[in-house]
Amino acid sequence: MTANPAAPLPGNPRTAPGALLTGAEIIWEALAAEGVDVVFGYPGGAIMPAYDAMLKYPGIRHVLVRHEQGAAHMADGYARASGRVGVAIATSGPGATNLVTGIATAMMDSVPVVFITGQVSSTLLGTDGFQETDVTGVTLPITKHNYLVTDVADIASTIREAFFLASSGRPGPVLVDICKDAQQATAPWHPPHGTPRLPGYRPEPHAPDEMLERAARMIDQAERPVILAGYGIIKAGAGELLRAFVEKTGVPVASTLLGLGGFAASHPMSLGMMGMHGEAWVNNAIQEADLLIALGMRFDDRVTGRLATYAPRARKIHVEVDRSEINKLVKVDIALIDDVARVLSAITPRVQAKTREPWLARIAGMKGDSAVRDIQGLPDEGRLYAAHVLHDLWRITEGKALVVTDVGQHQMWEAQYYKHDYARKLITSGGLGTMGFALPAAIGARFAQPGDDVWVVAGDGGFQMTACELSTAAQEGIKVNIAIINNGYLGMVRQWQQFFYGGRYSSTPMRSPDFVKLAEAHGLTGLRVTQRSEVEATVRLAQATPGTVVIDFRVEQEDSVYPMVPSGADLAEMIRRPPPPSPLVETAEDP
Amino acid sequence: MSPHVSASSRTRTLIAHVEDKPGVLARIASLFRRRGYNIQSLTVGRTAEPGVSRMTLMIDADDDTARRIEANLYKLVNVLDVVDLADHAAVNRELALIKVKADVDTRPRVLQIADVFHARVVDMDRETLTIESTGTHDQIDGLVDVLGAFEVLDLVRSGVIAMTRGRESSRPQPNTHVPSPTSEEQQSWPESSTTATPISA
Ligand SMILES: Cc1ncc(C[n+]2csc(CCOP(=O)(O)OP(=O)(O)O)c2C)c(N)n1
Ligand SMILES: [Mg+2]
Repeated sequence: MTANPAAPLPGNPRTAPGALLTGAEIIWEALAAEGVDVVFGYPGGAIMPAYDAMLKYPGIRHVLVRHEQGAAHMADGYARASGRVGVAIATSGPGATNLVTGIATAMMDSVPVVFITGQVSSTLLGTDGFQETDVTGVTLPITKHNYLVTDVADIASTIREAFFLASSGRPGPVLVDICKDAQQATAPWHPPHGTPRLPGYRPEPHAPDEMLERAARMIDQAERPVILAGYGIIKAGAGELLRAFVEKTGVPVASTLLGLGGFAASHPMSLGMMGMHGEAWVNNAIQEADLLIALGMRFDDRVTGRLATYAPRARKIHVEVDRSEINKLVKVDIALIDDVARVLSAITPRVQAKTREPWLARIAGMKGDSAVRDIQGLPDEGRLYAAHVLHDLWRITEGKALVVTDVGQHQMWEAQYYKHDYARKLITSGGLGTMGFALPAAIGARFAQPGDDVWVVAGDGGFQMTACELSTAAQEGIKVNIAIINNGYLGMVRQWQQFFYGGRYSSTPMRSPDFVKLAEAHGLTGLRVTQRSEVEATVRLAQATPGTVVIDFRVEQEDSVYPMVPSGADLAEMIRRPPPPSPLVETAEDP
Repeated sequence: MSPHVSASSRTRTLIAHVEDKPGVLARIASLFRRRGYNIQSLTVGRTAEPGVSRMTLMIDADDDTARRIEANLYKLVNVLDVVDLADHAAVNRELALIKVKADVDTRPRVLQIADVFHARVVDMDRETLTIESTGTHDQIDGLVDVLGAFEVLDLVRSGVIAMTRGRESSRPQPNTHVPSPTSEEQQSWPESSTTATPISA
């Protein structure tokens, strides 16, 4: 992401270095120099100079959102789908505070996004001026770093720093709050390039050779090792390196939710997802392991269950670029503080080739138990299960769609039944669990991957949180396919109420608008599915229809996600799908 | 009690050099508040180098927490370097001003105590004495404790400042100091905390 001022994007002016520009123009020059070709935003008083200057930069497309939270998620979705830095822009005060949920979402999942907000004039700072909010204060704990710019002379270098910080080391959101008078003042444009001078910032730690060697010996000695693959694999682009390591060492791979796709689900060494709604055999394998090799993951409480009994027999090797994650929750035996791609390429030649048949056979044996509860043989009684919808969607899209999920039961079913073989083809809010994320994130992802078949998988509840962005999709002529898994409930909360709160459904039944008509009101296509037999034709129709399509899947209302490790329970203490004759299913290995 | 204070916790002193930029103190305070780390005292001041401030933090933490506090401090872009004085011989000093009720009768005794602690009287009127004392944190604690026998009317302590002993600078040299995932931070515990027990297949 080094700035290359010599090559302006088509449409943008060719500004000579040293030219006198307004701060507002410098913002766009600086963004263009970073290679930015799309930003997501919403105008207002304190950012109006920038919006006015934007008209001179047609090489940068601006997507007008309907709520600034949408802009934040779009920039986030763009970044996750592309690996590049996403950009969102908003005005001061309410515009900036509306970004907050999106900033926190990007922070928790380490997504590189640069947020640009207008601020009241520097002369008004601290006076409680109209639409003044201390945005750098508000976002201090939810950004990797943030800046308040009061002087036009600092705009260009600050934006360069923001991009560098957002995308290097452990990525994350960076916010640049720019006073209105700084946007209006003029300064000579000097394109900043190269690595900014940040004396306190050291994004690239290196694990010493002797530690790699020690880790290699520990791997050689292990009899029951398991790899825990996190989002770090995808961020580092280390999928191929991981495959080479796995194929040499015979160590099976469990994935976190965000790690899905980093290692192909169809690979014989892939176990599947771990954690609260992970496959039973994956959690059991972790609990029985004698070595965990954690790669770019951070032992979130949703993947460890009760810490005191987590993987009690296992030594642990933690490969992680962020040193502060080491020993935060799980004490490890070896920490390799380094880029996971570099560690994998250095360690693979040092480890012994093995097949580990007894261990793999033992894990395979654990699967048998789950197969009892399989979807196979389930009579199609005219009911529609979410599991079926996701499984069919996977089959029809040949596992190649870019799927953006919201938060709730449907998110877990997607993770279980849509088998991801490719990196960056599952986008979901893992760390913050932000309902309303999916639709805007998918719109952003669409800009990053215009050739992809983009699917939103959202619940009836979460979809309504940001449904206003349907209007954005319509105005921008964006095609995404939206599968609403409509169970008439805030399903995940209902499930907890069923399991842990005596079945008292407090404020979880939800009445929704007619989603078909809602789509039509936006000039979009709405479809409805109530039977499994209709799934395939409807999915194909959606794919073939130009423009955004909303499908209202009326699924079984009180189905639950299984297995489930209750919050704070031992990872092996799973609530399992009741076995047949219960018509409900646990896995969807349905042909 | 903070979740980070355990039986093996002890008081330790960290020195951090930071860029003298707006909001740096807020970032550090926010970090400690958010992660639930305990700060006993914090002092900030300029250094000989323009644009660089120095903070001395007295914290309660066990070794592991201290290492993570250090790592989290390093994550702040404006923090230049951090030294945990638990790993160094160091001089610690704190300054206190203590105003004690001391009339004609009690004054000689208060003055005697001040003398024993090598403290100075910096102000006095008919009913009070104000004592200035410089010493380690514990020495000041001792003086305050003894003066507690009289009525302490006002007390201010500067918080600890500290410096490594001998020729060693408290400011690690660039390049050699990189918070080094190259040495002890890349941890290895040869004795695993968990024992590897076989599973019968
Ligand atoms: C913004 C936000 N508010 C509340 C929650 C808590 N929450 C988690 S899942 C869930 C229910 C989601 O319902 P729905 O979108 O219908 O999806 P379902 O679980 O039914 O598939 C809720 C309320 C959240 N994650 N995010
Ligand atoms: Mg629902």
